[in-house]
Amino acid sequence: MWTRLIALVIKELLTSFREPKARMALIVPPLLQLILFAFAATMEVSNVPIGVVNNDWGAASVQLISRFERASAFSEIRRYTGVKEAQAAIDAQEVMAVVHIGDDFSRALAAGASPSIEVLLDGRKSNSAQIVNNYIGLIVNQFSTDRRLGAEITLPSEVIDRSWYNANRDYRAAMAPILIATLPMALVMMIVGMSVAREQELGTFEQLLVSPLQPLEIVIGKAIPGLIIGLAQCAIMTAIIHVGFGIHATGSIVVLFSALTVFMIAITGIALFISSLVSNQQQAMMGIMVTMMPAMLLSGFTSPVQNMPDWLQPLAGINPLTHMLVIVRGVFLRDTPFSLVAEQIWPMAAVAIVTMTAAAWMFRRKVE
Amino acid sequence: MSAYRTRSGSFRRIAALIRKETLQVARDRSSLVVAFVLPALLLFLFGFGISFDASHLKIGLVVEELSPEASDFAATLANSPYFDVERANNRRAFVDKLSAGRLNGIVVVSGDFAERLARGDTAGIQIITDGSDPNTAGLATGYVNGAWQVWQMQRSSGQTATMPGQVTVDSRFWFNPELESRRFLIPGSISLIMMMIGSLLTALVVSREWERGTMEALLATPVGSLELIIGKLVPNFVLGLMAMGVCVVASLFVFGIPLRGSLLALVGFTAVFLAVALALGLLISTVARTQFLASQLAMIVAFLPGVFLSGFLFEVSSMPTILRIVARIIPATYYVRGLNTIFLAGDIASVLVPSAAVLALMSTILFVLTALKTRQRLD
Amino acid sequence: MTASLAEIDGLTKRFVASGEPAITELSTAILPGQVTGLVGPDGAGKTTLMRLIAGLLTPSAGHITVCGFDTIADPTAVHDAIGYMPQRFGLYEDLTVLENLTLYADLKGVVGRERAPTFERLLAFTDLARFTDRLAGKLSGGMKQKLGLACAMLKSPRLLLLDEPSVGVDPISRRELWRMVYQLVEDGVGVVWSTAYLDEAENCAEVIVMNEGKVLYSGDPHALTATMAGRVVHVRGAGSGRRDLLASAIHRPDIVDGVMQGEAVRLVIAEGQQAPTAEALAPGGDVTVTPIAPRFEDAFVALLGGQPKRTLTLETNVRGNHEGAPPVEAKALTRRFGDFTAADSISFEIRRGEIFGLLGPNGAGKSTTFKMMCGLLRPTSGAARVDGLDLYSAPAAARARLGYMAQKFSLYGDLSVKQNLQFFAGAYGLSGARKRAAVERVIAAFDLAGHVNDNAGGLPLGFKQRLALAAAVMHEPPVLFLDEPTSGVDPLTRREFWSFINGMVGRGVTVMVTTHFMDEAEYCDRVALISRGKCIAIGAPEALQASIRSDTLPNPTLEDAFVALIEAQEQTQAKAAA
Repeated sequence: MWTRLIALVIKELLTSFREPKARMALIVPPLLQLILFAFAATMEVSNVPIGVVNNDWGAASVQLISRFERASAFSEIRRYTGVKEAQAAIDAQEVMAVVHIGDDFSRALAAGASPSIEVLLDGRKSNSAQIVNNYIGLIVNQFSTDRRLGAEITLPSEVIDRSWYNANRDYRAAMAPILIATLPMALVMMIVGMSVAREQELGTFEQLLVSPLQPLEIVIGKAIPGLIIGLAQCAIMTAIIHVGFGIHATGSIVVLFSALTVFMIAITGIALFISSLVSNQQQAMMGIMVTMMPAMLLSGFTSPVQNMPDWLQPLAGINPLTHMLVIVRGVFLRDTPFSLVAEQIWPMAAVAIVTMTAAAWMFRRKVE
Repeated sequence: MSAYRTRSGSFRRIAALIRKETLQVARDRSSLVVAFVLPALLLFLFGFGISFDASHLKIGLVVEELSPEASDFAATLANSPYFDVERANNRRAFVDKLSAGRLNGIVVVSGDFAERLARGDTAGIQIITDGSDPNTAGLATGYVNGAWQVWQMQRSSGQTATMPGQVTVDSRFWFNPELESRRFLIPGSISLIMMMIGSLLTALVVSREWERGTMEALLATPVGSLELIIGKLVPNFVLGLMAMGVCVVASLFVFGIPLRGSLLALVGFTAVFLAVALALGLLISTVARTQFLASQLAMIVAFLPGVFLSGFLFEVSSMPTILRIVARIIPATYYVRGLNTIFLAGDIASVLVPSAAVLALMSTILFVLTALKTRQRLD
Repeated sequence: MTASLAEIDGLTKRFVASGEPAITELSTAILPGQVTGLVGPDGAGKTTLMRLIAGLLTPSAGHITVCGFDTIADPTAVHDAIGYMPQRFGLYEDLTVLENLTLYADLKGVVGRERAPTFERLLAFTDLARFTDRLAGKLSGGMKQKLGLACAMLKSPRLLLLDEPSVGVDPISRRELWRMVYQLVEDGVGVVWSTAYLDEAENCAEVIVMNEGKVLYSGDPHALTATMAGRVVHVRGAGSGRRDLLASAIHRPDIVDGVMQGEAVRLVIAEGQQAPTAEALAPGGDVTVTPIAPRFEDAFVALLGGQPKRTLTLETNVRGNHEGAPPVEAKALTRRFGDFTAADSISFEIRRGEIFGLLGPNGAGKSTTFKMMCGLLRPTSGAARVDGLDLYSAPAAARARLGYMAQKFSLYGDLSVKQNLQFFAGAYGLSGARKRAAVERVIAAFDLAGHVNDNAGGLPLGFKQRLALAAAVMHEPPVLFLDEPTSGVDPLTRREFWSFINGMVGRGVTVMVTTHFMDEAEYCDRVALISRGKCIAIGAPEALQASIRSDTLPNPTLEDAFVALIEAQEQTQAKAAA
């Protein structure tokens, strides 16, 4: 049995690496995704132009505007003479927000009153608009505080804001570790999901079936290479993130990779299950897409799981990636202790057992 | 006479190709999957699965003092729809939960809260957020700050009218006052769907003809390459518009997205974009003669940039310069911008006309490239 | 009136600018009202030439005029004048028969009042009228081919190009196809028919024999065959020693070619040599040497320089496990798919050291039976045993005793020769020194040493065949199953392949082969004829031939026997149904 299995595993690894086209498929998409995710997947808002309509003639408004100009989040402050003009600029998406300062702003401030300024935002991009609104709020608050300090007026209390684990709330530091799990997952699903269909199309699958290889051996022989390639890529990603991006894991790498192993087994099981259902590469491709997209999007990868409606939560719960992302974030950034990691491992282990068993069972049926 | 003969022959051949293509789409399950199942899935996922509207931020609240002021503020937080609050009287209880990712942040009302408040001193409250999710952390901080401002305001309104010298900000979000992220995610995902149908499906159907050897038989008939191209474009164009119809109906009635612009603008703008997507698919298929390669290329050229660089999920202005430049040459960027505007804002010419012009230019370039690349021979 | 339909002048085609040309300096003419056969081994350039004539490829040098139009300057006019059926027929498998016809009719401008009678004529001609609503993908191979032909003939072409129309088609369908083509020829159409089957060349008025992009012979096939008169003999009476006789005969300098023909060995004598005596061929044996009429294949092989004079043999130690049990046994094998019985109670036993053939038309149940014998398809009832072991109750042990070679090349094309062999050695449970030894042994025996590190997918066809066989026999199985092993393979490669098989049979290996290719069937000791799910005859090829001998057909070929027996069964079934 071992001889046959080893032969199958070696063959599977060779077919994945020998052909230049296959090698490209292993290298190009993950690399492209790594670049896109690391540099493009940011919710940060910087370099956005905003507009100002200043009807006030006093010094205070000029000071406030100069603070906007110094803020790194805004690339440019465009001045508009009236609200109408500013509205048109928002409509045309020239600016994401317009700050409107009323004509009695300086006078009211001087008089010790609390004037208000109006901020108009483009709700077409509600997330970015909200962030811009927060920035504006912060700048205005700081402005008021500083003025009062200068005027020796007593301070109102301030909320002290601290972020743990990623003090600057840097998006890349938060996004990059996730890639250790997601990119290998996409690759493994592709390789394992397609491999059986490809052998069926080429006719080599029959050749396997007439050999003394048992269905279970074929399942294991297909799963192990997927696991090896997947884990190898996890390791490479970890190294790139560590060396290239300077993001270092705070927790134990051993814990991380034990969790990744369980995760990869679960993913391989899902991919094998898909491949046991399809009869050609095209169907395999569709099956993988239809499975992978929800797995990616319902995992907390792009937006937090807690924001999903309650009836979608169970779906996220059976998704191995959901749990793996919690672990990766935890081990990389939050130094989560093993006892807490373990709580996320067992659901993945359950998925692994179910999908592997189902794949083996389906294979047996397919063979006979 | 001969000119007339050729023209009518040309129409007849195109009609025959269109009929053939339509029958094939209707019978081929994989086309139907790309045209209807994937769109439905994507709409569903983006409509329900993804949301940036943190309405139930999980907050651990540590109140270190038993003063009435402290409990009053704690109650304000607990009653806020933005927070799901857990309480404890020391922060150690929450550290593990924050580390395990089960809390988004911890709010600490310090032991001298009432005293500081009375003194008018700083830092009565501290918020510790989980920086491993910067977006949620930012939102949590913003909301706690907001709650704090409101609470202070309410308190002071009993005493003095307003804090002297405090500038207040009055924000208005146009087009989407409820700040539902779904409202921009749905139009964005429609653009992804149109890109997929246009380029992926077209690339697949052409490469399939190469793979199955039918292209060789077609080329040996009097069909011209322009006729072949039109015969492929028209059915997929119609299919794209049909899928668009389904998407629009779902957006309006399932997801409750408003359509503030006109239907005419929507259809016209979509038609221009579909032309680009189809031309891209045809161009892919002139390079890729197997379905596998075609789908890989379509993913890399159309789908990935559509997700990342079109500005539908992520803010393009914050990206490195190279990616900003790439974003500018991606058709999806212009479609997302236009579609968001038509759905949420209205027929704003200053957005739609330039975007449509860029898309039209792109489709012209792509068609010329395709026509140059398409040869009526096998070598 | 004999103005040629196509003029090919100084044609050269290179796919890679600096590489070997696929076609070199070819000049010829194709005449109307006759079938021109394009004959040659695989890779000779037949398909390339077809595509060049159809204007689908651009010549690197020279030019082609079809019906007076240059294929490059005026491709549309060329396409208007020709009908072209590519190798895979060019049908849309998800369209019905009628939809396919309608599409091509529209594309070719068969419209208006012209269309209805054209369809009627073609559907009657191809006997497809009953199936107009069936999807093309659901047609049998023979029917697909007829539909492909109908589509190519829609606009009554002046020149009809058929690229390997008979690959994968059984003899009955093949005969019908020829009948249809002859009708066209009578109407003055010029037909180009490319083929690797040399018996088809004799049906052509003119042949162009190609090898490695060059024309070896162009002209009347019978004239070429006639040059072999007196150089072909049958050697009979060698009994079970005939395989050894053949193996030693082809090493003689006075013999250029030798094949098995049932009980007889057919030998072709080198030019200017006398026929060897019986004593010289089989010392002490009781054999007779009789001159027979030559056929085109004799001339073809002689033209290509004769059969390679080397025999590659594999030292194999056959382990018979259960002495007494037949090596292969089918017992009342039945397989139903729904209410359709694909194989109905099929039984046979194969003796040790025997080559046994499963013959039958497409869709007769031959493949179903073969799959059940390999353990790929569980029988509804009945048993399949290899070396006394049941394939379904002891699958691993039974499979370890058989070697399997699939119809199309089905090894890993992106692995090297050595990696493929190592994998199959491992898959059959060989490891360590035994695995190394087995790999070394087959590399030496099949002369693969020059290619060990090449990708299997890029090997020339002959080497692919050797590799496939090498992988199948590495674990020294006592039983070898071959599924249409040489379908579409040129005669020289075929001879080499069978010389391996003969060598193995000589060492006690038992071989079961499916085929509808009569040359392969001739190598068999016994054949079973499968039709409509039933085994309708079992016996030596000559016995089957003898069973249909009559006054009108005094000297039936195996193909005649095949066709006659199947038609007879279909008639009795039709009567029983009526």
